[in-house]
Amino acid sequence: MTALVEVLDLAKVFDVSPPWLNRVIERKPRQFVHAVDGVSFRIERGRTLALVGESGCGKSTVARLLVGLYAPTRGSVRFDGQATDATRDAAELRTLRRRMQMIFQDPYASLNPRWKVLEIVGEPLREHGLISPAGGTDELRAKVGELLLSVGLAAADSEKFPHQFSGGQRQRVSIARALATQPEFLVCDEPTSALDVSVQAQVLNIMKDLQHRQGLTYLFISHNLAVVRHVADQVGVMYLGRLVELADKADLFSRPRHPYTRMLLDAIPDIHMSGRARTPVQGEVPNPLNPPGGCAFHPRCPHANARCAVERPLLQTFQGVQVACHAVEEGRI
Amino acid sequence: MNKLLLDVRHLRVEFPTRRGTLLALDDISFSIAPGEILGVVGESGAGKSLTGAAIIGLLEPPGRIAGGEILLDGQRIDNLPYEQMRRIRGRRIGAIFQDPLTSLNPLYTIGRQLIETIQTHLPVSHEEARQRAIHLLQETGIPAAEQRLDQYPHQFSGGMRQRVVIALALAAEPELIVADEPTTALDVSIQAQIISLLKRLCREHGAAVMLVTHDMGVIAETCDRVAVLYAGRVAEIGPVADVIHHPQHPYTAGLMGSIPAMDEDRERLLQIDGSMPRLNAIPAGCAFNPRCPRVMPRCRIERPELFDAGATRAACWLVVENGVAA
Repeated sequence: MTALVEVLDLAKVFDVSPPWLNRVIERKPRQFVHAVDGVSFRIERGRTLALVGESGCGKSTVARLLVGLYAPTRGSVRFDGQATDATRDAAELRTLRRRMQMIFQDPYASLNPRWKVLEIVGEPLREHGLISPAGGTDELRAKVGELLLSVGLAAADSEKFPHQFSGGQRQRVSIARALATQPEFLVCDEPTSALDVSVQAQVLNIMKDLQHRQGLTYLFISHNLAVVRHVADQVGVMYLGRLVELADKADLFSRPRHPYTRMLLDAIPDIHMSGRARTPVQGEVPNPLNPPGGCAFHPRCPHANARCAVERPLLQTFQGVQVACHAVEEGRI
Repeated sequence: MNKLLLDVRHLRVEFPTRRGTLLALDDISFSIAPGEILGVVGESGAGKSLTGAAIIGLLEPPGRIAGGEILLDGQRIDNLPYEQMRRIRGRRIGAIFQDPLTSLNPLYTIGRQLIETIQTHLPVSHEEARQRAIHLLQETGIPAAEQRLDQYPHQFSGGMRQRVVIALALAAEPELIVADEPTTALDVSIQAQIISLLKRLCREHGAAVMLVTHDMGVIAETCDRVAVLYAGRVAEIGPVADVIHHPQHPYTAGLMGSIPAMDEDRERLLQIDGSMPRLNAIPAGCAFNPRCPRVMPRCRIERPELFDAGATRAACWLVVENGVAA
C-alpha cells in the first residue's frame, strides 16, 4: 500500500505578540505559540488516522494545515506523492484541493444560514466545474439529490434552509458538501463533538459506510477516545503541538506506552464497569506560550527524571509503535 | 423507607408562546434521599437542565411551573416567594453550572465572592468567613489557597475555576447540590479530577447531589441512581447498574447501544433513527413511539406511566404487556 497523505516535520508558529505600540511603550517582547511543532505521519489509502489530545494540543491546526487553510511555517504535506506547498502553480493546486475536503465541528456555524442546501452542496460542484455549464439547474439538482441520498437525507431536502434541520442532519449536509467533489481524503475536525450520542452514532455509521463504499481516507480529529477507538485504524496522541505516540489502534488501546496516553485512557469514564474508581490525573495542560523545557509532559509525568526536564525526547520506534519518551526508551516503564 | 430529601411530584413546566403553550416538562416525578447522588441524563432538549432550574427556582421567564410540587425535606419550595427562595438557594440547595467562567463574577476576586456567599448564609465574622474560604479552597485542591483568594477568575484555568465554583456551592453546607453539566466544558483529564472531587466532597459534607449530564460514563462512575429523560418525561429511573446493564425502556437500550464502548469491537453502532421531537410536535401516546423499534398499536394512543420493571421503573407498555426486558 502507498501512503495517500505524507506529512513530514510539519510545524506552525502563530505570532501572538501584543500590538506594536504596546511593544514599544511597555517594552513587551514578541510572543509566539508553537501550535504544531514537528509532526510527521503517513496515512495509507482507505485507512483512518485519528489524532487525539486535549484542547490546545494543536490537533485542529494540523487539520487546517493539511487542507491548506493555514500555510505551514516549516515542513511539508505530500498528497498522493505530490507536494502541496505554495511553490506549485495555482491550477495544479486546485486539482489537488478538489481531492481533499474538510468537515468541521460545529454544524451550526459551518453552513451559510442564508443559503438553501441546494446552494450549499452545489457550490463546490460549480466551483470546481463538475457540472456542465449547459446542464443548468436540473443537472445540479440531480447531483445534489444524489449526494443527499448518500448521507441518508431526502433529495427534496435541497430546497430547505439549514435552520430547518437538526444538528445531526446539518452535519449530514456538511458531509454531503464535502463529498460533492468526489474527494479521496476527508479531514474531519471533531465532526460529532457537538452532537448527542444517539445522533453521533448515526453520523459515525454514515462515515463508516461511506468509507467502505467509496474507499475514502480519513484524518479524524477528536478528544473522545471511545469514538476514536470505534473509527480509527491508527491513532496519534498529541500533547502541546507534538506527537507523543503513534500506533495501530489495537496496540495503543491494549498496550499504551507513553505516560500521557496511559493517563488519557485512565481518564475515560467506563460505563460498563459501574463503580470502578479511576485514578485522577494530576495537574493541567501547561500554558502553550511558555511550555516546559525538555519533554513537555514532564511536570505531570509520574515517571519523569532529570533527563526528561532538559532533553526533548524524539519519536522512536519500539516494536512497531512510535513513542517519544525517555522512560520508555530506557525501559523504566 | 428512607426519609426523602427532595421529592419532585408530577412536575410540569410550561413556556407560553404566541403560538400556544409548550409543555417542556410533563409529569416528572423522582426523589433524592439524603446523601444520595441521582444522575439525570438525556439528550439536548430532553428537559434535564430545566428540571434542575425548576428545583433551584431559577426558571427563566416566561417558563413557569404549571403543576405538581417540589418538596425539600417535606416542605414545599416551588411556590415560595422570591425572598424566601433566595434564602434556601445557596443555604440549603447549592448550584454548580456548566460554564465556570460565567458563574463567577469577573470583576470581584475569588475571595470576595466566597466570603460574601459565606456571610450571606452563615452568621460569621469577616475573618472567620475568610478562614472558611481558605479552608474550602484547600479542600477543593487549589494550591496556595491563601494567595489565590485575592486573584480574579480570569487568573484561574478552567479546571481551577470549576473547583472554585464547587467551593462556592459548598460554602454554606447545603443539603442538596444541583450540578448542571459540571464537567462538560472541561478536558477529559480535568473532567476526571473534578468528578472525583465532587464525589468526595459531597460524601464528606453529607450533601446529596442531582447531577445533570448527557455523559453516561460520568453517570456510571458517580451516581447511585439515574433518571433517563426523553422529551420532557421520565423514560426510566432506577439504580445505575440496572439501568446500564438491563435497560427496560427501548430508548434507554438505544442510548446505551449508541455509545462507543471501550471494551468491545463493533463494526456499526446501534443507532436510534430520527431525532427527539420538538416541543410543539410531541406525538400522542408514548413520546418515543415514532423512533421505537418495538412499537405497538397501543403506544400510539395511550401514554405509559412509570411501571415497576424489576429493579427499575420504566414508562413503557412492553413492561406491562409481557414484563420482558427491552
